Amino acid sequence: MSVSTDQVRHIAKLARIAMSDEEIERLAPELNNILGWVEQLGEVNTDGVEPLTAVIDQKLRLRDDVVTEGDIRDEILANAPEAQHGFFAVPKVIE
Amino acid sequence: MTELTSKTIAELRDGFRSGAFTAREIAESFNAAVAAAKTLNAYTVETPEDALAAAEAADSGKSTGSLAGIPLGIKDLFATRGVDTTAGSRILKDFRPPYESTVTANLRQAGAGMLGKLNMDEFAMGSSNETSAYGPVISPWRRKGSNVGLTPGGSSGGSAAAVAAGIAPGVTGTDTGGSIRQPAAFTGICGIKPTYGRCSRWGVVAFASSLDQAGPMAKTVRDCAILLEAMAGFDPKDSTSLDLPVPQWEANVSSDLKGKRVGIPKEYRIDGVPAEINALWDRGIEWLKDAGATPVEISLPHTKYALPTYYIIAPAEASSNLARYDGVRYGLRVTGDDGLNGMYSATRAEGFGAEVKRRIMIGTYVLSAGFYDAYFTKAQKVRALIKQDFRNAFAHCDVIVTPTAPSAAFGIGETTDPLAMYLNDVFAVPASLAGLPAMSVPGGLDGQGLPLGLHLIGNELDEQMVLNAGLAIEERAGFIARPEKWW
Repeated sequence: MSVSTDQVRHIAKLARIAMSDEEIERLAPELNNILGWVEQLGEVNTDGVEPLTAVIDQKLRLRDDVVTEGDIRDEILANAPEAQHGFFAVPKVIE
Repeated sequence: MTELTSKTIAELRDGFRSGAFTAREIAESFNAAVAAAKTLNAYTVETPEDALAAAEAADSGKSTGSLAGIPLGIKDLFATRGVDTTAGSRILKDFRPPYESTVTANLRQAGAGMLGKLNMDEFAMGSSNETSAYGPVISPWRRKGSNVGLTPGGSSGGSAAAVAAGIAPGVTGTDTGGSIRQPAAFTGICGIKPTYGRCSRWGVVAFASSLDQAGPMAKTVRDCAILLEAMAGFDPKDSTSLDLPVPQWEANVSSDLKGKRVGIPKEYRIDGVPAEINALWDRGIEWLKDAGATPVEISLPHTKYALPTYYIIAPAEASSNLARYDGVRYGLRVTGDDGLNGMYSATRAEGFGAEVKRRIMIGTYVLSAGFYDAYFTKAQKVRALIKQDFRNAFAHCDVIVTPTAPSAAFGIGETTDPLAMYLNDVFAVPASLAGLPAMSVPGGLDGQGLPLGLHLIGNELDEQMVLNAGLAIEERAGFIARPEKWW
């Protein structure tokens, strides 16, 4: 399998990374090189093998569904590129 | 007081406790050494006042923990309250977390102060520290008779360089696919990645969550044991944190390996590895025999598939984890020309470097509709087989010894092909995929005068065996070489 420049453009869109045509052209062979290399996994017989989900066996814990930390709105907003009236502000999304 | 900076953490701790010197003297020595070593580009932020405040607390008897009086360097991947935490990325420029990571909080609780934040590959993605937004760290080591700048390895490159140069007695690192062990090997120091789940991931900027593990780097095996004891421990805030008591690794460290079996994996004899590295491996086996252990040949049949497995799983997890950098809640924002989506794309285009983008693209592709099973599920199945290889091997041995990396440190700018760079971690990645504790210990110098490391892999939760075998090698290798100061 190899990816075309159109596919690379589509992946960049999915990943929300703006890319120029030159960048797409440069990246396509790099990605193909890496994907071609990882495809050697096709040699491995994995019939009947369960995909690994937890590297160290352990029980998933549950906790009480209660707020453990709160009232820190301003601390959290302090790092926002733009905050207004106690909210994160973003460019207008509704016309 | 410059000689204080050449002491081990155990020596500094014991000297402080016996009154041979004060914590303030230790902190001032290291603060001065840090300020005089800017050429190395090891620190991204210096926090001398933090180190002094912890020293005051130690000298006045207010803090009495295991690390009272010890200042440390902290990899920039750990959230530190009120202090820039950028993961070596432009996209987290000026981010000051309103909270402290569990690992650094544990270290502070033990009395440690902070010398500053340490440079690293962007989001811990790299093996040379060249992908950092702050520029590369320069290794304090140089080839004999050469002024060429070398990499300290990566991604914990600033951490490794700081210990090797004596501008931190010990540091935190993180290891996703070798990022503690390979730089430790390149700079002639020790570094251990514990069993996955020993150290809390809470407050550690996420790269690949099923692989990320914090660990210490220091001059000696004992120092690593001291630091790991303070860093590790159950944390309810990390869902994969192990709910187990922290062993007394330092008190129990012993180089007597009588009755222990050392596994030598035949699949780690790979083409293209310099003869010096294989010769050091053989010496390492002899040293472990001398300590009482019996070498046994073992087989880890899926070894050659570990790197390609890693380069599906790690980018896949990274592409998910790094989706959070969108210019809304923290870090960089670049306003695009297409509303909200334009802002996301423009912010991420400008905020991420080339290697991070490459991995996000690979990860997005292998997780995308139609390709998920062929790549991601397949990789998770091979990962299960790699884990099973180690289970089978540990039925026949107690610890495994291999080289840490397939080369000594290389020059800055010398490795430009991404795949060639990935091969640096060929020996380190299998243990990461299996979640096992693993350590690099310096074994000797190569013909160019550069350090080479030996790599010890232990069974789940058996950090003690790794440390013990590490100590046995350390005692026999007699590695005391330090880089000659040129910075």
